[in-house]
Order: sequence, then C-alpha cells, then structure tokens
Amino acid sequence: MDFDFTPEDEAFRAEVREFLKKYLPKKNTPQELAEWQKQARARRFVGFAWPKDVGGGGGTISQQVILKEEMARAKAPPLGACFMGLAWVGPSIIEYGTEAQKQTFIPDILDGKYQWCTGYSEPGSGSDLAALKTRAVRDGDDYVINGQKIWTSIAMWSKWIILLVRTEAGESKHEGITCVLVPMDTPGITVRPIKNMAGGAMFAEVFFDNVRVPVANRLGEEGQGWQVTVSALAHERSSIAEVAGLQRLLEDVRTLAKKSKRNGKPAAQDPGVRRRIARADARIEAMRLNGLRFLTKQLRGENVGAETSVNKLHRAALEVELGELALEIEGGAGVLDKDAAPEKGRWQRMALSWPEVVIGGGTPNIQKNIIAERILGLPKDP
Amino acid sequence: MNFGFTEEQELLRSEVRKFLDESCPLEHVRKLTEDATGPGFSRELWQEIAELGWLGLTIPDAHGGAGLGWVDLVVVLEETGRSLFPSPLVSTTLAAHAIRRFGSPRQQAAWLPALADGSAIGTVALLEEDGAPGPEGVRLAGRAAGKSLTLTGEKHFVGDAAAADLIVVAFRKGKSKDLGLAVLERGTKGLSAKDLPGIDLTKRLGRVSLDGVKIGRDAVLPRGNAAAISHLFDVGALAVTAEGVGAAEAALRLTAGYAKQRVQFGRAIGTFQAVKHPLAEAYVDTQSFQSLVYYAAWCVDQGHKDLPLAVARAKAYASEALPRLGIDAIQLHGGIGYTWEYDAHLYLKRAKWVRPAFGDADWHYERVAALGGL
Repeated sequence: MDFDFTPEDEAFRAEVREFLKKYLPKKNTPQELAEWQKQARARRFVGFAWPKDVGGGGGTISQQVILKEEMARAKAPPLGACFMGLAWVGPSIIEYGTEAQKQTFIPDILDGKYQWCTGYSEPGSGSDLAALKTRAVRDGDDYVINGQKIWTSIAMWSKWIILLVRTEAGESKHEGITCVLVPMDTPGITVRPIKNMAGGAMFAEVFFDNVRVPVANRLGEEGQGWQVTVSALAHERSSIAEVAGLQRLLEDVRTLAKKSKRNGKPAAQDPGVRRRIARADARIEAMRLNGLRFLTKQLRGENVGAETSVNKLHRAALEVELGELALEIEGGAGVLDKDAAPEKGRWQRMALSWPEVVIGGGTPNIQKNIIAERILGLPKDP
Repeated sequence: MNFGFTEEQELLRSEVRKFLDESCPLEHVRKLTEDATGPGFSRELWQEIAELGWLGLTIPDAHGGAGLGWVDLVVVLEETGRSLFPSPLVSTTLAAHAIRRFGSPRQQAAWLPALADGSAIGTVALLEEDGAPGPEGVRLAGRAAGKSLTLTGEKHFVGDAAAADLIVVAFRKGKSKDLGLAVLERGTKGLSAKDLPGIDLTKRLGRVSLDGVKIGRDAVLPRGNAAAISHLFDVGALAVTAEGVGAAEAALRLTAGYAKQRVQFGRAIGTFQAVKHPLAEAYVDTQSFQSLVYYAAWCVDQGHKDLPLAVARAKAYASEALPRLGIDAIQLHGGIGYTWEYDAHLYLKRAKWVRPAFGDADWHYERVAALGGL
C-alpha cells in the first residue's frame, strides 16, 4: 500500500494548483466564470479523461484523481457547462458514435454551447428501465417516434436529448432497444415541467407525437441501445467528487451543530448529535477508501463492476441522513423555510431534494439487488 | 497511488488460508474450544504457526521475527478471523508490539525472540473493572520504593490471561497522572491469572490479580507512558477488528450459500428481496469497515498521525455492524441457525466478543466526534 503519487503526477498537481490560484472565481461574476471556463478548456481540463484526438485531455487515471481532488479542495465550480454531455452523452458518442457525430457534438459539449438531457425513464419503466415502450418506426431515412418520457432533468433548457426507444419487440426486453439523438425543437415534442416536493422544477415529462428523426441520428446499431446505456452509466467509478462534496456538507453540519442550541444546550455537546456526526464521518471516510480500492483495481487493469454499488448506497443514505440531522439540530426552527429558517433555508432545501440523488440512477433497493445477485451470487427473482 | 496488496501479501494470504483450512477446520476449532478444562487452543498448531512465521511477523529480524508491518499482519488476522482460529496470536502480537515499541534494546533482546519462536505466549493487561478503554481507565497502583516497584490491583478482560507467560501491565504511579507499562513473567510472586467462561469459546478472556507484585526497574518499559497505553488500545482495536472482517466475510458466505440452496414456497429463498437486502447491506458494511481497517494498518506502519482517528472509525463501524450481521445470519437461516451443531452461531458469538473489545461503538464514535473538532 502506498498513498503517494509519482513525481510526474505531483508536477501535474502543481500545474492544477497554479491554475486554481490564478483563475478560481472569487465572487462568481459572469466574467469570472466565463474566464474560468475558457482557461479550463484551454488546458483541456474539460473532458480531461477523454482521448486527445476528440479534443479531450487524455489524462491518466491518477491525473484524473488529482484534478478532481484539487477541484474539490478549492470548492471550484464545475469544469465545463454541459453537465450530462460531459457525464455520459459525450462518453457514449466517443465509444459508439460515427465520425460525423463525434465532429458535430463533442466540440460543443466541451465548449458547453448548450445542454443535453437524458430520455431514459418512462411512466411504466423506472427501476425496470428495459421495460420502456416509446416506439420508433422506420420510415425511409427517418424514424418516427411516439411515446412519453418522464423524470427528464432539465428537459426545458436542453437543445438535445439522448433517447432510448424500442425499435422492435425482441425476444428479451433488453433487445430491440435503440439509442437516438434528437433535437428538442423537433416538431411533435412537448415538454411539461414537473414541480417537485421542494417546490422547484428540475425535471419534466417529454411527449413524442410522430417525431421524425433522421436514421443518421442513431447512436450505435439498431438494437444496441441497452449496451450504449450501460457502458455510459458505468463511466464514473471512483466517486471522488461525491466524497469531496459529502465531506464539505459534513463540515457544514459540524459548524451548524457548534452554533445551534438544542433543547437549551449547545447541539455540539448533545451525545446523540455527536454520534450521528461521527457515524456519517466514518461512512464518508469508508467511501473515500472504497473509492481508492476501486481506483487501484482500475490502475491494475482489472474490471470494476457491481462493487461500486457499495458507494452508491452509502451516498444515498448520507444524502438523506445529513439533511435530516441538520433539521433536527435546528430543532423547532427546522420546520421554518426560506428567509425565516437558519442559513436562509439551505438545509430545508437539502432535506427536500435528496430524491434527485437517491432515486436517480437506480434506487437503493435496486443497488442492493445488484450486490446480492452479481457479487453474492444469489439467484434472480424469476 | 496503490490501495491494494502486493503479490507477496496475496501469497501470504493464500498460504495462511490453506494452512488453516487444512489444519484447523471448524470441526477442529470446536474440538479445541468446547472443552472448558482444556487450554482452548492447540500447542502443536501454535508451534507450527511459529515456524510459519506468523508470531514474529512484525518482530524485527534481529530478534527472530520477519520484520514485516501491520498491513501484512492484517492479512493474517483476516484469515484467522475467517477460520475463527483459536490461539493467543493477537495477545502475543500485542505484547511483542509493546515491548518492541516502548522497551529498551535489552528488554527487546530478552523477550522478543521467545515471543517470535512461540516458546513464550504474551498478552497485554490494560482494562480494569468499570474502566474506560483508554489511559484514563488505568488505576492499578504502582508504588516505587528504591529501585523496585510494587504493583497492586486487578486487570480485567485480559486476552489469554491463563496461557500468558509474559503480561504487559498498565499501571499508575501513585496518585499522579504518570502512567507506566511493566512486563511481568509468569510465576512472579503475587501474580495470578485465570480465564473466565465466555460466550465466544474461540476467544479466551481472563482476570489478572497483582497482590503486591514487586518488580525491578528492568521490568518497566522506558517509553511506556499514557501515549503508549493509548497506542496499545488503538492497535488492539485494530487487531480484533481485522479478525472481525474475516469472520464477517465467512458468516456472509455461509448465509448467502444457504440462501442459494434452501427452497421454500417452491423457490430458493435467495430469490426473495427480504433475504437479498440484509445480505447486501452486510456486504456493504463489511467492505467498508475492511477499507477502514486497511487504512488504519497503513497508518501504524507509517507512524501516521491519522492513526487514532482511523482506528476509531474502523472499530466504531465494525462494532455496530458485526452484531447486526451475526443476528441477520441466524435469522436468515431460520431454525437451523439456532442449533449448536450448525456453525452460524459461532460467528454471532465472535461478533459479540469483538463489540466491546478495546472500546465499543459509542466509545469510538465519541472519539471520532472529538477528533473531528466537536
């Protein structure tokens, strides 16, 4: 075991720190943020893990870790503006796209020209994603798409959607699924935002009524959509960015406990509060170390698969627990909201918005099934 | 950047596992431990593991050991935990660690070779009745008179007390805040030790009584102060938790294996999510406190300042997760899990044994809170 990086890697870290010192936005003014993105892009820190020939940074795995660590430590804004494009649409296009698709989309994703959204879930297929019914029927050089997607984050602000459709019935439900890239302004698409329990609207229903898309917009082969999706969602392994975010959240909960009174006494002295903070601390550290174990496997060229569900479960539990804990520390004031609540309702917002993280990308129950079946070898539910 | 084991360490693991599977399967563990009048372990196997180098693993080669680190030791302890191997290995390793780390060169030369070659069994006697699992719990009185020291008091929950030839005892000098560590040899006048019946037959715990035990300066470890005692609690917690990882993995494998085979309502019970989910949770927990254990072991080897926090996180997490895993293992088995004949209860008992050893979940979570600035 050795937690040190090579001198080359440390030189890269120094380069990142230098960049942060110079360009980290101090007041988040639009000018500062624009300069931050421009400089990050010039250094190829945006899409850093992607191959150089598509415009990515070609960073090694350990350099990717260093970049994420330093960004997290500096509480830096995201690198790049196109969140889903960088997270999975881009990697899918790089792996399965045609030359023309790569040239059309990858530079725009890197430059953050517009947003992508993701059309996977449907009213009848959430956890059971492969049960999707939105249908695409071939008509000459076009597909004609009919159906409905739901829980599509930022659909109302996106220019493109990566869409899973059923092109034929297929013998198993995973077969016959195809991936297509569709402009959101195509006639026949209707977006209806869904108000969530926190009062905001981040996701939407998207309706497709005889939407015509050129066959050239298909990503991968017909019937290959499931494979395209699985490999795209498997992109992020080490959970380093999530760990850094949780560490910061926990630090803020500690601060809240120090300045709050609970039942007339300082909350930070309450044994129950202390234990819950310590419990979260141990789990976040376990996540960090689990992530390093996955990373070590990757560096050794081994496959990392279902075991990443371990950290997904920790993260889901911690997202819920930290919000709950903060509200309990606030006591009576925990039920107030907005300006009336402590810290302008920050913890109320968190305690009402965890489902985005906890349910999106596979619920905890689904993650447990994955562990039980793929790691412990238990039989599938028939 | 490498958070994994070397090829040598993987080889060590497979050799330890092979030896234990062949020489001490669970039927043999039961035979050795169910006889309350016996020593609870096999002297023959003790000599064999000495020859295999397990006892001297972390003892410097100059004193007959292999000169390896705690990361290597954790590899061995995960396997002894997996096999529920009954032996004074952990106790002896802790005694050797204390002497190596806090003793003079002369003391090291006097005691370490015998601990490495198996001719002496060692242990550490730190806890007292109602005492906190840290230096603050040490009350046992050491009164200096000239060049000698007289120790009076009682030590509780001492691992392998009856078998130990060398006992490292924590004491307090008079009424002062000054703490010390002394090495007592079996047979010293006024010293008596006996094991007490316990629920985990694979682990022996006992009581050590010191009735005016008179020792010379040469028996006191020169660097054995409060910080040293605190460190011994840390490495003790680490060692028993490392064994807990192995025991947890074995319990998980046993239960998952049963869930694959046992048929009810016309299907294997492992198809039910009510069975899958607790097993998945046990896997998450075991993987996670295992990671915490590995990092803590690395901290010991590096002399890293994170050690107390790293150990506290690992022991707190494990002390909370292990008993739940043990209970779930029994429940998921149903009636068969409740029988003496079936092995599931052996793991539950180990889980319960590990829970308070060197500090329970409450104790260590409180340390995590305090070390984290609360």
